Amino acid sequence: MHYLFDGSYTGFLCCVFESFERKEFDVTPVTDVSFQNAFFTESRQIPADAGRAARVHAGLQNKCGKAAASDFYRVFLSEDPQAWYAAFHIIRKIFREGPTILNNYGDADLLFFSQTLKKVGRERHRMQAFVRFKKSSDGLYVSVVAPDFNVLPLLAGFFRNRYADQSWLIYDAKRKYGLLYDKRHITEVTLTEAEKNGLSITTAAVTLDEQEAAYERLWKSYYQSTNIVSRRNMKLHLQHVPKRYWKYLPEKFG
Amino acid sequence: MTRIEEKLTILADAAKYDVSCSSSGSNRKNTGGIGNASRSGICHTYTEDGRCVSLLKILLTNHCIYDCAFCVSRRSNDVKRAAFTVEEVVELTMNFYRRNYIEGLFLSSGIFKNADFTMERLLRIVKKLRTEERYNGYIHLKTIPGASEVLIKEAGLYADRMSINLELPTEAGLKLVAPEKDHVSVRTPLALINNHIRAYKAESSLIKHVPDFVPAGQSTQIVIGATPETDLEVMQVANEFYQEYQLKRVYYSGYVPVNDGNKALPAIGTAPPLIRENRLYQADWLLRFYDFRLDEILNPHHAQLDLDIDPKLSWALRNLHCFPVDINRADLKIIIRIPGIGKQSALKIVQARKFGKLHEYQLQKIGIAWNRAKHFVVCADSPFIPGYPAAAAIRNDILKNSYSKYKTSLQGNQLSLF
Repeated sequence: MHYLFDGSYTGFLCCVFESFERKEFDVTPVTDVSFQNAFFTESRQIPADAGRAARVHAGLQNKCGKAAASDFYRVFLSEDPQAWYAAFHIIRKIFREGPTILNNYGDADLLFFSQTLKKVGRERHRMQAFVRFKKSSDGLYVSVVAPDFNVLPLLAGFFRNRYADQSWLIYDAKRKYGLLYDKRHITEVTLTEAEKNGLSITTAAVTLDEQEAAYERLWKSYYQSTNIVSRRNMKLHLQHVPKRYWKYLPEKFG
Repeated sequence: MTRIEEKLTILADAAKYDVSCSSSGSNRKNTGGIGNASRSGICHTYTEDGRCVSLLKILLTNHCIYDCAFCVSRRSNDVKRAAFTVEEVVELTMNFYRRNYIEGLFLSSGIFKNADFTMERLLRIVKKLRTEERYNGYIHLKTIPGASEVLIKEAGLYADRMSINLELPTEAGLKLVAPEKDHVSVRTPLALINNHIRAYKAESSLIKHVPDFVPAGQSTQIVIGATPETDLEVMQVANEFYQEYQLKRVYYSGYVPVNDGNKALPAIGTAPPLIRENRLYQADWLLRFYDFRLDEILNPHHAQLDLDIDPKLSWALRNLHCFPVDINRADLKIIIRIPGIGKQSALKIVQARKFGKLHEYQLQKIGIAWNRAKHFVVCADSPFIPGYPAAAAIRNDILKNSYSKYKTSLQGNQLSLF
């Protein structure tokens, strides 16, 4: 049985609710856009209902604590159907048998779940490190990223606390939305078609502050001179900064 | 090239031989300004030598009154000299920080005029950052040996971490290359700051708001391979400093030859001892996180670390009577001593075995280095083997089936005896 949901975490939790309500436990949750109807599989459309999702979330917090409950959200953000499948069945087991399953690393689902959790955490940490702001002429610090997983929601708190006195925008070019902070609140923003076309990782369609280029050059020359040539170790270097991240980093691409 | 760019190039270049890079350990909050410290630290980029760039690591100046043979900024060396003004350092730090280039500032300096004069300048920079710019990011500040107590104490109220480098592990080695210096001038300020840290900690149980005083603790650096100390001597010093001054880190820095002319030091062009450095860090980790005693890893009969296998494996091969370990029964303390099993995996094993005996395939999936561990463990489905292979046989088998990142350099650097 395939449960089709709208791709939101609310929708995902509603799948859990539905499966208990209908006592259908052999379930694979998929998003309705990615689902391809096979000949013999049954499927059911699950509407997203905030009330039901809140009940599942509260139940989860009750069973295994706040921190562990938020792990399911993190794994959900991996956008990996296999991880969703694992998460779905772990939640089911938690409700039926209690939270001890979370320590059973011999279990294939749980091991995959914890590995995915680690991957998402690592991507979040990399974004904390590799986001590079460019200052625009009106004082807005802009950054365009394209993370492997949908980690922007996990970054909001970090950047709000750290850069509390400057307004900033972090835009996810892959998923077409961004977070805008106006020194008070964070809002989710999407761009118009024209704005999107003008935006790439290297050249943003905003006028930059006149000192921006100078500081970027200073940063590059700092990066060059802090390197010890006789210790060169490119293998380790690439392990720490895989090439797919170079596009964010002015010191690497130019 | 603008003047500021030239200064940055010179002073970053002179500071890069200080390997301390961490930005962890502090939890300074953002109190109405900009920046905070991240508990785990964040590395914002990596240079091509594979080292991380977390902090803007610069010297205030590379003018120096000392003439230490191992140092690129020594008095008698013919290099370009430069000095930042207080404003320039503040400006650079703030602008790099606001663009998320860096996690904070690492400020060191050559000694100009005298210790107090230098320390006072460093203090002015960190004070301006904290009070005028309302900057709450990470600051790593060098303590200048010989600076007055008042200055050091005030600096501690603004910095997250402070450090003084021991540089050479023994007094005799130091006298050989830097006769103007001694270990006492390093020990005194380390002890001073450590006492203050402990005093503030003690007060915090009585008083609600105690100011942060060097919240990320102190560290030091030992240069490896400049003078002929053994690994045992190096680790003894490190161990003593960890215990005596509660250091958070001792950094081991493979000596990169920068000066010609001193007979006691390796000549320019000699490759830095990278493998040895790596093994020392591994031994350091065993001491701090794996409950090993120093005499188990290094002792007078075994004064150098093995270069082609890691120190834990080396210990295991010398103590085969402790193995094999049944991972379904043994204590966590015993499991973390098995070569190829790290702390994280050991914790997972201990949690997972409550649900049923662990088999070989499960152990492999959990993420241990099976190539090493398989010689030392018994799982639920291990076949019974009477007797135990000799240490040399295990060692050969592991080396044969593993790919060491150092294989080429091991062959290149070391002459075979036979």
